[in-house]
Amino acid sequence: MCDTCGCNITDGNKSLIKPDGKLAKTESGKEAITVLHSLLHENDHTAKHNREHFDQHKVLAINLMSSPGAGKTALLEATIQMLGDDLKIAVIEGDLETENDAERIRKQGVEAIQIATGSACHLDAHMIHQALHHLELANVDIVFIENVGNLVCPASFDLGQHLNVILLSVPEGDDKPAKYPVMFRTASLVLISKSDLLPVLDDFNPDNAKRYLRDIASTAPVFELSAKNKSGMPHWLDWISQQVRKF
Amino acid sequence: MHELAICQSLMSQVERIALEHEAQSVISIVIGMGPLSGVEAQHLKNAYSIASADTLAENAKLIIEFLPLRVKCNQCGSESDALPNKLVCKQCGDWRTRLISGDELLLMSVELAQT
Repeated sequence: MCDTCGCNITDGNKSLIKPDGKLAKTESGKEAITVLHSLLHENDHTAKHNREHFDQHKVLAINLMSSPGAGKTALLEATIQMLGDDLKIAVIEGDLETENDAERIRKQGVEAIQIATGSACHLDAHMIHQALHHLELANVDIVFIENVGNLVCPASFDLGQHLNVILLSVPEGDDKPAKYPVMFRTASLVLISKSDLLPVLDDFNPDNAKRYLRDIASTAPVFELSAKNKSGMPHWLDWISQQVRKF
Repeated sequence: MHELAICQSLMSQVERIALEHEAQSVISIVIGMGPLSGVEAQHLKNAYSIASADTLAENAKLIIEFLPLRVKCNQCGSESDALPNKLVCKQCGDWRTRLISGDELLLMSVELAQT
């Protein structure tokens, strides 16, 4: 939704702002100033700026989100190894503390910027804007933004990405989309990660995960993969190549 | 606890509006939020008391309007109420629906005092 054309006025709130509506007059009977801006107006403004920056450089930006430990960094390592020279990747890493993940990515020969968020439980558009000052985008095809491991807060902050990829690892349980609908509704693609554990953690049913995802009206495709034994990886790499071509 | 970050963003918007209108203080702020906004009302209220300190809205009343969760079916076209993790059409049961209300997180209005 934008803040200029009136599309912020939805079926849910339009009754409040019509002339005789609840918000037309305040409790003291005075006229109130109608605003109808997203509470994250400033973040969204910077996110738009970031997206324009990616677009100018013809760089596809993919925001990776999941619980902590679902395998985002391992997926990126395997992806970089398997893509080889086909696509040039850069990575922005978000964690509360440490450079560990950026160092793992740099060992793969890829440029990585670490954002240490301190106590913040999510990345926001301003942090990405700062990181982009240090990232050379010439000749880069894809920027992966590895968000802070968290299935709640990152869902609220647009970073300027083009696509959201959400990892759901097998040890977490197949009902995560039902428990965290706000997060899973943002998904362009859901990856069931650590699929090598499916034989031992047989209470995880990938069909249940898909059903819970459809219950929240998500049309996102669902792939199973393992960064460890590389099963399912080609499917994911094909998807990435398709997105780059479509972009 | 991203509500504090969201509240700080809210306060800077409200202060900017107050300054634009040359107001002396803010009397009330109305927020509209849906069940899929990703924000907890109680956390927002708690964060508000911290974020509003030393601003023009220090004594302003925060009013939260809860907006309904509604979907429109892409298949049969009917509109129905929904639950945050059950956004299927109540008429035909199809999952291919579009959210028409319920994910908003809006600063709807502010009431300003000129004296």
